[in-house]
Amino acid sequence: MNTRKKIVVVGNGMVGYKFCEKLTARMQPDQFEIVVFGEEPRHAYDRVHLSEYFAGKTADDLSMSTLEWYAEKNIRLHLSDPVQQIDRNEKTVHSFHGITESYDYLVLATGSAPFVPPIPGVEKDGVFVYRTIEDLDMMQSYAKKARKGAVIGGGLLGLEAAKAMLDLGIEETHVIEFAPRLMPRQIDDQGSAMLRSKLQELGLEIHLNKNTSEILGDDCIKAMRFADDSYLDVDMLVISAGIKPRDELAKLSGLEVGTRGGIVVNSKLQTTDPEIFAVGECALHNGMIYGLVAPGYEMADVVASNLCGGDKSFTGYDMSTKLKLIGVDVASFGNAFSTTPECRTIVFEDTVKSIYKRINISNDGKQLLGGILIGDAEAYNMLLQTVNNKIVLPLNPEDLILGARGGAASEGAGVMSLPDDALICSCEAVSKASICEAVIGGTETLDGIKKCTKAGTGCGGCVPMVKDLIAGTMKAQGKYVRNVVCEHFQYSRQELLDFIRLEKLETYDQVLDKHGKGDGCEICKPVVSSILASLYAETANKKPVAQDSNDRFLANIQKGGTYSVVPRIPGGEITPDKLIVIGEVAKKYGLYTKITGGQRIDMFGAHLSDLPLIWEELIAAGFESGHAYAKSLRTVKSCVGSTWCRFGLHDSVSFAIEVEERYRGLRSPHKLKSAVSGCIRECAEAQSKDFGIIATEKGWNLYVCGNGGSKPRHADLLAQDVDKETCIRYIDRFLMFYIKTADPLTRTATWLDKLEGGMDYLRNVVVNDSLGMGAQWEAEMEQLVDSYTCEWKEAVENPEIRKRFAHFVNAPTEKDPNVKFEPMRDQVKAAEWK
Amino acid sequence: MYAKETETDVQQWFLACSAGDIPQDGGACVKYNDKQIAVFNFSRRNEWFATDNLCPHRQQMVLSRGMIGTQGDEPKVACPFHKKTFSLKTGECLSGDDCTITTYPVKIEDGFVYINVASL
Ligand code: SRM
Ligand SMILES: Cc1cc2nc3c(=O)[nH]c(=O)nc-3n(C[C@H](O)[C@H](O)[C@H](O)COP(=O)(O)OP(=O)(O)OC[C@H]3O[C@@H](n4cnc5c(N)ncnc54)[C@H](O)[C@@H]3O)c2cc1C
Ligand code: SF4
Ligand code: FES
Repeated sequence: MNTRKKIVVVGNGMVGYKFCEKLTARMQPDQFEIVVFGEEPRHAYDRVHLSEYFAGKTADDLSMSTLEWYAEKNIRLHLSDPVQQIDRNEKTVHSFHGITESYDYLVLATGSAPFVPPIPGVEKDGVFVYRTIEDLDMMQSYAKKARKGAVIGGGLLGLEAAKAMLDLGIEETHVIEFAPRLMPRQIDDQGSAMLRSKLQELGLEIHLNKNTSEILGDDCIKAMRFADDSYLDVDMLVISAGIKPRDELAKLSGLEVGTRGGIVVNSKLQTTDPEIFAVGECALHNGMIYGLVAPGYEMADVVASNLCGGDKSFTGYDMSTKLKLIGVDVASFGNAFSTTPECRTIVFEDTVKSIYKRINISNDGKQLLGGILIGDAEAYNMLLQTVNNKIVLPLNPEDLILGARGGAASEGAGVMSLPDDALICSCEAVSKASICEAVIGGTETLDGIKKCTKAGTGCGGCVPMVKDLIAGTMKAQGKYVRNVVCEHFQYSRQELLDFIRLEKLETYDQVLDKHGKGDGCEICKPVVSSILASLYAETANKKPVAQDSNDRFLANIQKGGTYSVVPRIPGGEITPDKLIVIGEVAKKYGLYTKITGGQRIDMFGAHLSDLPLIWEELIAAGFESGHAYAKSLRTVKSCVGSTWCRFGLHDSVSFAIEVEERYRGLRSPHKLKSAVSGCIRECAEAQSKDFGIIATEKGWNLYVCGNGGSKPRHADLLAQDVDKETCIRYIDRFLMFYIKTADPLTRTATWLDKLEGGMDYLRNVVVNDSLGMGAQWEAEMEQLVDSYTCEWKEAVENPEIRKRFAHFVNAPTEKDPNVKFEPMRDQVKAAEWK
Repeated sequence: MYAKETETDVQQWFLACSAGDIPQDGGACVKYNDKQIAVFNFSRRNEWFATDNLCPHRQQMVLSRGMIGTQGDEPKVACPFHKKTFSLKTGECLSGDDCTITTYPVKIEDGFVYINVASL
């Protein structure tokens, strides 16, 4: 006899899926028979990260699991087949394709649909909603011919849709909001003003207090008309004006629904029929629809637990949110809008950096009630925890948003001071205790914690806290959180370098046998290879398999598996003849060419097997490797300087070439960049380089430890008005000091930040030779400079090395048939990856 | 009793290349009909592995160009693109993503590499 109870789930969205996951994890094997109906053609995917579809994520990447998973769990999944009717007397459901299934329990997880206001003209082509992968596909193909776009709705989803439009390459995007401020449910007027100016800076046009009255155009949208009789020309519109719970099926079967939509449920998530549950965005609990995923997951958990004999209740959920809009942090937590006399507020506003922070504090000053953060939401996690766990506030609560200023900083004990049941990952409902227990149980890496607790696998917002918890727990256990390279070496890079130098170790395997354990990995192999290269001027052709993949093939891998070719063009100076050679080579091998940001020319799209042929021709014309693929010296940019420029004080081009030729090929912990400017107008941007040189009336100024990139930092002045020789000597010392002491993949700026004593100490070491190492470092550098060889020359001349550049070992002349190009502006580009 | 290799057994083993073609502690790609298989010579452990050459993360034909190593005792390969790592034994993704690669039995005889292609 079959005693299994049967559960039918209607809707295979995020919450419907999570319900299946929680249920199958909790139930006895074979306790339930599970059948799922989904209206969409694909199994559940991550809607929260939907926008990343435009940034290159595929439907598969967004998938929450695989079809095999459903099969493994014995779940029968009917996709593209919405349930159309529930017969509550018979306890059966009927689907669009004519399937009838009986149930013991029915779970409605039908989610919501975008709310489309009844504006005349919404049916026109070019008007979209933003909810499913299909919506995005349609937008993507329409966007190709659109130039001006608009979004109706300046809430969370609307702004996300606006960002998607920017990503789609729409030149001009407008956000139309009916309310007097952006994100009206989450932030206040002042916050909205700050957000607005920031978004406008980024290229979005924001219109507030605007009510759309008509969408104009014949078949396709052409323009919008507003209640104030103004017009806006647009080619494309996304409506994101709120959500409407999908309660039509429930209503049809006589279940109670709210007047403004939503299936009414009690704290067990039962509808008015106790055998039918509703979870996620379709459920109306205590008069609330929750348009966020975390409360939906919580609901799924409650129902799954209770079906397995538990007794959980859903008691409502915090609507705090944090999102990153086009690089602007926005967060709102707890009771964000409380005002006097209910509470006291502290506001911090910085219109220069566009930062707005507000916290609401109980009148006795003891408790944090809520707040808003715009422009800098780093404190969000801690603030939210402080609200949720009713942590007593410090004496100066403004420190929470301003950081401790002056004197001994009292940062508090951070995450470790949270109570055990503090919810760290709200998407997956993982508490501090579960994470710490996992760490104590021996899982000491982020990947490990993600795997065993699921923390950090949802929106990812809690990852920094999880990392701090891992480090904090390890410390509390008395484990020294050492700055070690990886699981194979319990030493820092500096310690390894000292061993290798003192013991004269020569190969990766020797180092591993002597000082490591196991068989190495993609982290320690490149680190050791780089150290060996820095110490012995080795090229990447020695033990290629222990080199980072790009070093192994002496080129940067590109989308699709082809490579780029960057010959060195010292100082950015190149003869017409050499330019012609580059043009001819690129033409012959079908390469896309572009001037790089480093004043040289990159040729993209080279097949692996063409690399030696291309380099053979380039080397014959006098080029050499540009080491664009290596943690090594990249470019020394120059401005034209005194040879032509009317302001030039000295010949910056000649000096740049000299510097580039001196340090070319030098392997270092991270890449090195330099520049030489001919005067203080600084056209070569030397102050944004690892070492930069600027001509002065009396000589040269040397700046160090700057970089561009995601965290730009200006270089600091190391020495003033020095002559060329002194300048080179200081650079030698500076570079050797850096190479010997920096952690892997640490640029000079980050290295300096960690260096005790900072710039004063560095100046003492380099200029005043306070460690007495100057002469030795200069000699070591001289040796490296003398033993430089071009590794591409080495490679093309050696038939053994050339063999490495074949895609198929058993068919060396065949190219990878998977490589695809697409035409673009008279050249090619890599085919879009999935 | 001594069991003779049957005709199909023989066909299932595809002679891929000579062992010396694959770099020590590294990998290379082998073409089998229109399939691409990554072969790894983990000489430090005296083990050979064969897997899909396609990285499931962004569908890139590059795993053979990845760097191999271990996590605990699990041999693995790291994709050159975004450094997702996969077990060479089971194909499971070790960096927490929900994707796997297929692994194939491989054997060395008389200095040649044979890959079992029964599942292809
Ligand atoms: C080609 C180029 C872009 C261009 O078309 O202009 C480029 C391309 C890449 N850059 Fe860059 N960067 C290029 C100039 C720059 C510049 C401008 C400059 O050098 O003046 C910067 C800012 C300056 C700086 O580095 O301080 C720059 C900052 C970065 C960073 C951030 C570094 C940082 O410390 O934050 C990365 C990421 C990294 O290295 O980890 C990066 C990484 C990359 C990588 C290696 C990404 C990758 O892993 O594939 C790209 C390699 C493409 C290739 O195959 O060649 N690229 N990159 C430029 C090559 C210059 C050259 O001739 O070698
Ligand atoms: C672009 C975007 C960004 C978002 N960002 C965030 C964010 O940053 N943070 C956050 O917390 N939330 C965010 N959300 C909201 C989040 O995605 C939802 O809260 C979540 O998806 C709700 O899950 P659900 O299962 O209730 O509904 P859904 O995921 O919508 O799933 C419901 C499913 O049921 C199907 N269905 C409906 N009726 C039937 C029927 N009769 N038969 C069969 N199937 C049916 C639907 O087709 C759908 O597939 C975002 C949403 C969008 C669209
Ligand atoms: S900024 Fe640099 S790393 Fe980023 S896409 Fe451009 S070239 Fe690539
Ligand atoms: S393509 Fe392999 S890790 Fe991204």
